[in-house]
Amino acid sequence: MIEMNDVWKTYKNGIKAINGIDVKINKGEFVYIVGPSGAGKSTFMRMMYREEKPTSGKIIINGKDVGKMKNKNVPKLRRDIGVVFQDFKLLPKLTVYENVAFALEVIEENKTVIRKRVMDVLSLVNLKNKARFLPDELSGGEQQRVSIARAIVNNPVILLTDEPTGNLDPDTAWEIMNLLDEINNRGTTVLMATHNKDIVNSFRKRVIAIEDGLISRDEARGEYGYED
Amino acid sequence: MKIKTFGRHSKEAFKNIGRNGWMSFASISAVTVTLLLVGVFLTLVLNLNAFGDQLEEDVEIRTFIDLTAEKEQQDELKAKIENISEVESVTFQSKEEGLDNLIDNLGDQGEVFESLKDENPLSDEFVVKTSDPQDINRVADQIKQFEYVENVEFGQETVNRLFKVLEISRNVGLGLVIGLLFTAMFLISNTIKLTIVARRTEIEIMKLVGATNWFIRWPFLIEGVLIGIFGALIPIGVLIYGYYFLTDLISTRYPTFFIDLLPVTPFVYQLAALLVVLGVIIGVWGSLTSMRKFLKV
Ligand SMILES: Nc1ncnc2c1ncn2[C@@H]1O[C@H](COP(=O)(O)OP(=O)(O)OP(=O)(O)O)[C@@H](O)[C@H]1O
Ligand SMILES: [Mg+2]
Repeated sequence: MIEMNDVWKTYKNGIKAINGIDVKINKGEFVYIVGPSGAGKSTFMRMMYREEKPTSGKIIINGKDVGKMKNKNVPKLRRDIGVVFQDFKLLPKLTVYENVAFALEVIEENKTVIRKRVMDVLSLVNLKNKARFLPDELSGGEQQRVSIARAIVNNPVILLTDEPTGNLDPDTAWEIMNLLDEINNRGTTVLMATHNKDIVNSFRKRVIAIEDGLISRDEARGEYGYED
Repeated sequence: MKIKTFGRHSKEAFKNIGRNGWMSFASISAVTVTLLLVGVFLTLVLNLNAFGDQLEEDVEIRTFIDLTAEKEQQDELKAKIENISEVESVTFQSKEEGLDNLIDNLGDQGEVFESLKDENPLSDEFVVKTSDPQDINRVADQIKQFEYVENVEFGQETVNRLFKVLEISRNVGLGLVIGLLFTAMFLISNTIKLTIVARRTEIEIMKLVGATNWFIRWPFLIEGVLIGIFGALIPIGVLIYGYYFLTDLISTRYPTFFIDLLPVTPFVYQLAALLVVLGVIIGVWGSLTSMRKFLKV
């Protein structure tokens, strides 16, 4: 599903963010990416959906070499990968429904398909009753649920989440974790970069620790392992 | 592209124009001013060119033949002139014909010359035409060197001055128009940059969920095209009406005006089409410029 072979990444400004990573992640796994700030977690994930190109090495997603992929094929790759951020990135003037539907409209899905899929995914994230609300009228947890709904509405096989609980209080963070777990149980591979020690330690999953752009630890049911 | 998708892109483009109302207005105005000048300038240049062509047709070298030349020497001279490669035609005009022409041209006042018929003061001449009027100076100089040539005459000053004026006005106009085109393009690209900045989250999400690059680009491209077309409307109106008015004025009030203007149709329609095309080009150019810099797709 996801495979990296000796991947290196040096940014244009000379910063070496990833220094030779080998990893394999199978379909249906749930993986935490942990490590100190600046270790390269976000870079690691950004290379998967070709937001960044690796400087050298091979990244295979769904059997395709992402690093060598032509620009015109990148949109197709991204339709297979959902991405969620700490800051939600919702469009403030669109309602919850419209925000989620937007993801399908811009890939030219037809109206009836859009309607059905959006309603399905809104009921999955438990926001059907707030479909007509604007993002401003929602709590932080609800906003994050909308952004998750938008990320998975096209049924991607991989869901990348970069500190999805970073802006949320502990209870709300748990609520998001349960949602991600449910999405994972439906077969989607979920990667989650996080600094949330409590969650990693109590909701045990595979843990990949990155330090100075290298994998320092990879444990099947690992612990967070840092003091913060 | 599906019609529905095109509809969506156009709607977005209109929304963008409305969202940056003042900047859009400034860009449209810049296009308007530019195209208005382009239009006026083209009208002038094309008419001057037509006038120039007309004049060029009339340009000829009158070669006056020395009175002492016999028929044989005249033929020799003619052959020599015809041998100059730039020369198109050489026509002989006897002094009698010359006098007749003169009398005809002068009309009533010509009658005084009737008495000269017995003692014709004119010379026989060759009327020489060159294939390219620009060569006339050089050819005239050459002819002057030949034997039995008394004198050469041509509208040297007028011709030279006209060519100069045409050239200068062409260059100045061209410089002005190019400068304005860049200004308009720059303003459009700035307007679209504002749109792109205002919609960066939207664009970011579109990229993330796998919208194609062209799907993202189209609204901005259409925005540029619309600005270009809106900018062309006023100039087209002004020029069609203005040109119509001018030709009408000249033909009714000054029927003897020395320049024949190009006929209103199809001239104004060609000009209108050209202005729209130019507007669209500036618009597309402006949006491509800002897309390249700010859209990064
Ligand atoms: N776009 C970029 N251009 C240049 N350098 C970058 C860029 N993004 C990240 N970096 C650098 O690369 C290194 C790794 O950054 P990255 O964002 O991957 O770390 P991270 O593990 O996600 O950190 P955090 O936990 O704070 O989110 C850092 O030194 C960072 O400054
Ligand atoms: Mg990060």
